[in-house]
Amino acid sequence: MDWINNLIAGLSAGQQLALFSLLKILAAIFLVLLPIVAYTVLVERKVSAFIQDRVGPNRTAPPFIKYLPVIGPLLQRLGIFQPLADGLKLFLKEDFSPSHVRTIYFWLAPVLAMVPALLTIAVIPFGSKLGAEKMVIADLNVGILYTFGIVSLSVYGIVLAGYAANSKYPFLGGIRSSAQMISYEIAMGLSVIPVFMMVGDLNLGAVIDYQAKHGWFILYAPVSFAMFLVAAFAETNRLPFDMPESESELVAGYNTEYSSMKFGLFFMGEYAAMVAVSGMMVTLFFGGWTLPFWGLDQPATSLLLSAAHIGVFLGKTLGLLLLFIWVRWMLPRFRYDQLMDLGWKRFIPLGLANIVVTALVLLLLNRN
Amino acid sequence: MDGQLQQYLPVLILAVVAIAFAVGNLVASYLIGQWINRRRLKSIPAAKNIPYECGMLPIGAGNNRLSVKFYLVAMLFILFDIEVVFLYPWAVVYREMLAENAGLIFGSMFSFIAILFVGYIYAIKTQAFDWKV
Repeated sequence: MDWINNLIAGLSAGQQLALFSLLKILAAIFLVLLPIVAYTVLVERKVSAFIQDRVGPNRTAPPFIKYLPVIGPLLQRLGIFQPLADGLKLFLKEDFSPSHVRTIYFWLAPVLAMVPALLTIAVIPFGSKLGAEKMVIADLNVGILYTFGIVSLSVYGIVLAGYAANSKYPFLGGIRSSAQMISYEIAMGLSVIPVFMMVGDLNLGAVIDYQAKHGWFILYAPVSFAMFLVAAFAETNRLPFDMPESESELVAGYNTEYSSMKFGLFFMGEYAAMVAVSGMMVTLFFGGWTLPFWGLDQPATSLLLSAAHIGVFLGKTLGLLLLFIWVRWMLPRFRYDQLMDLGWKRFIPLGLANIVVTALVLLLLNRN
Repeated sequence: MDGQLQQYLPVLILAVVAIAFAVGNLVASYLIGQWINRRRLKSIPAAKNIPYECGMLPIGAGNNRLSVKFYLVAMLFILFDIEVVFLYPWAVVYREMLAENAGLIFGSMFSFIAILFVGYIYAIKTQAFDWKV
């Protein structure tokens, strides 16, 4: 261990920051986010199977695993190996690009769909502290504005995919989704303003500190949470708002002409965005890595506590992901005009009223 | 590098990692997919790359003209999104300002929202958000 300490001490502050953030980024993406994405897909299939009274994936297994006593068949029945097989399959598929597509954009679109989803997680605090390091990739003072900026970028991936495919269904899907995503961005932006009025800081760490002291925002701002939740469904193109790829009308929308890992990137991007937005909701409304009891609301002093904080955060995030999956298999799809009506005619007045009411309440509280 | 800029260094690193991951996936899948393809086929026939290999040829242009409503929505989005961005700095200082000058901070933003709401009602009245018209 000594040589590691010496190595770290020999670096300048900037280099240390770069090194630690690189470690955090690699761990957050490859050890946490992508496995969660892979197994959310599995959970989605299992939950849908449960809701529709089917069995779900229970066949895939590497050779010889079934000869393991008890554990082997159990793992196989749970479908633990299904995501690995899916990923491998996507890699091995022929990388097909139809002759009529606009090639450059066709290749660019999957990257543009994936990258914003990964960038969103930068400002979300996924734990308190590990040693002296804060468990957040970039502790920006503009926190939430960064998130909204990046989330806005994610519309480019889908629009470009629709345009690049040069084919009717993807084009319709891309156009629809651009209108849908920008509409609900306004609702999303308006919904969280009361939270920041109470906190008085845009940094997400400050939001969590405030909640540790005063209680979770879902209690103070339930309307904000409801709006944010619905907008999150629309922003991530999940049912009941999956207009861009509504299978029964548009075949698969912007996905239609894509195959192999190009499709895989869209798919992973969608689920990564879901994980990121769940993490965002946990941070804004469910107290982030804190729990109000067992002294879990203070920054960690020991390794065990910091692990517990990360566990609490991941647990809450997984709970919200389950909600996303559950809703998908419980509700039918909205009609397009209903979707736009909800975004523009209901959520904007509701969001503005929410802000004014919060402002009034804070004004009255201040007077006493 | 000063502190303000330095806090964006992790974002830059994350962006590089994310782009490398996405591009790496595409390239790997391309190489592997084409490798298998080349082992099976001597040369790739032109008909293989049309949408339905054994079906009808596509009719008409790939991208039809689209309803002007979508442009209207995009323009209104810009207006309202700017409004949302204006609300954020106000929200941040709201509580501090309440102690000093409550009337000013509440009144100013309330009038801003009220004026904006008039524009919003105009947009509704002109049926900018009605999709059946």
